[in-house]
Amino acid sequence: MPPVLVIARLTIQESSRRKLLIALVVLTLIVVGFSAWGFYKITTVTRPDGTPLEPAAIALITSQLLIVVTFMFSGVLALSAAVVAGPLISSEVESGLLLSMLARPLRRSEVVIGKWLGLAVLVAVYAAGSAILELAAVDLVTGYLPPHPVQLILYVGAEGLALLSLGLLLSTRLSGITAGVIGLVAWLMGWIGGIVGDIGTALQNQAIENVGIISHLLLPTDGLWRGAIYAMEPEAFLASMRAAGLAARANPFLAVDPPPVSFLTWVVLWFALILGLSILSFRTREI
Amino acid sequence: MVAGVAEETKTAAPLEGAAAGTPAIKTVELTKRFGRTVALAGLTMTVPRGEVFGFLGPNGAGKTTAVKLLLGLLKPTSGSASLLGRPIGHLQTRRRIGYLPELFRYQSWLTAREVLALHCELAPLPRSSWKDEIGSAMETVGLAARANDRVGTFSKGMQQRLGLGAALLGEPELVFLDEPTSALDPVGRHDVREIIRGLASRGTAVFLNSHLLSEVEQVCDRVAVVDHGRVIAAGTMEELLRGTVVKVRVTGLTPADRNNLSGFGALDDEGDQLTFTNLEASRVPDLVSASCHRCSSSRG
Repeated sequence: MPPVLVIARLTIQESSRRKLLIALVVLTLIVVGFSAWGFYKITTVTRPDGTPLEPAAIALITSQLLIVVTFMFSGVLALSAAVVAGPLISSEVESGLLLSMLARPLRRSEVVIGKWLGLAVLVAVYAAGSAILELAAVDLVTGYLPPHPVQLILYVGAEGLALLSLGLLLSTRLSGITAGVIGLVAWLMGWIGGIVGDIGTALQNQAIENVGIISHLLLPTDGLWRGAIYAMEPEAFLASMRAAGLAARANPFLAVDPPPVSFLTWVVLWFALILGLSILSFRTREI
Repeated sequence: MVAGVAEETKTAAPLEGAAAGTPAIKTVELTKRFGRTVALAGLTMTVPRGEVFGFLGPNGAGKTTAVKLLLGLLKPTSGSASLLGRPIGHLQTRRRIGYLPELFRYQSWLTAREVLALHCELAPLPRSSWKDEIGSAMETVGLAARANDRVGTFSKGMQQRLGLGAALLGEPELVFLDEPTSALDPVGRHDVREIIRGLASRGTAVFLNSHLLSEVEQVCDRVAVVDHGRVIAAGTMEELLRGTVVKVRVTGLTPADRNNLSGFGALDDEGDQLTFTNLEASRVPDLVSASCHRCSSSRG
């Protein structure tokens, strides 16, 4: 097996043996169970006059609640990725675990790529697994499915990968706790930056809008999150939001348009840049 | 003075029966600085193949830095070095090298057998040989009965034995052992000596880092004594034990004072610290009184 895959397998094996995977699975099942019960209660809601809600109203409420629940899942994924990636390399340097391994014919780039790959598999599996479970549960109890479920999974998974990549880069130089904290703060700042940009759009103020654009370029997590939101919004709801004008867009849980191709291209470049910097940083680090 | 160290190393008696061809280790003026701190100063030495070479010195002397430089884990500030005829850092050379770090730590979530299998895979050794390699290494380091236990349940001594086992995999041509008995009891230390002798008997060169004179004198063909990043003496144990090494810490010396002190024998001048090798013990009082006004001395 090539060294990159050996390191990737070791990363997955560690997560499994340290019971991270089972913890995530159990927590996800609990959350999906509770949210399914909540979604079911929507279908039983009646108006003051005792009449049930129309299917369109149920679909609208479900779609908006699903966005909030997905935000929680994406948050768990992003934060887990940052926390797990933060010590991925630094802790093994500090403990000396990498010393005997790097004395083997193993390139440092193989360590970085292997660890990224191993954790990327976990992020992708968690994103796909949790999303499929949640969507299946919602569909089962309400009959509602978001319009673009595959894109939803891709965007949420990419958001987790972005935080994982940032955490790994920081991990090549900083201690695990520092890298983890910076990753968390960066994620929150990126989210806030996106909201500020929305406010700029609503106010038609280019300077404020640029804050959002720049934050999306520096850390594309919020931009990807907006893609996930767009994938969950029913067309009728989007039409009403478009009709409401720019003022309605100052909302962190709304995306009227899908992410532009230029942004998605930048995301691909961003991943390559961060991974390249991680390799360069670790290659020049003295152990 | 660095040239003097090189001279000492070069004139030391080579091991009988050393393999012909390229040496196991060769360094030329290998130097490492961390900021203003000199961790290793101008190390020049040659370790022939099949030799057990002791690198002896107190904690913080630069021994681990030297090993890390040789293994490519640190980049030298200046100088050059080669292992098994190739420049340090050469990827394929690492196939033929074993290493037990001073800071030994292995994946606690793996079993001892899995750790060794991982090292077989990274070495890389043919998969068909793994079983024998792992079994032999486990047997040699006395962990055969715990092969399927997780490393997280091991004592420090057992983890050090495991690290030693990993270093032995694939019959390496050169093995670096950095303080290999630091966590071991007397029985374990005896076992390590036997392992080193076994390596030597099959022609493997061993670079043994230690701060214990008793450890190196029992197994090493040649020894370099290092302190403050500088080799202050080198040779066979017999040569080194023939004289006394005296360190004198003194301030305010004039060039004339230094010139006078050089009459006491081979002198390593590090500014405030002077190291005399091959000095007869009876001459130490004379040295101290000659070392001028304000001084203190320590004898090793």
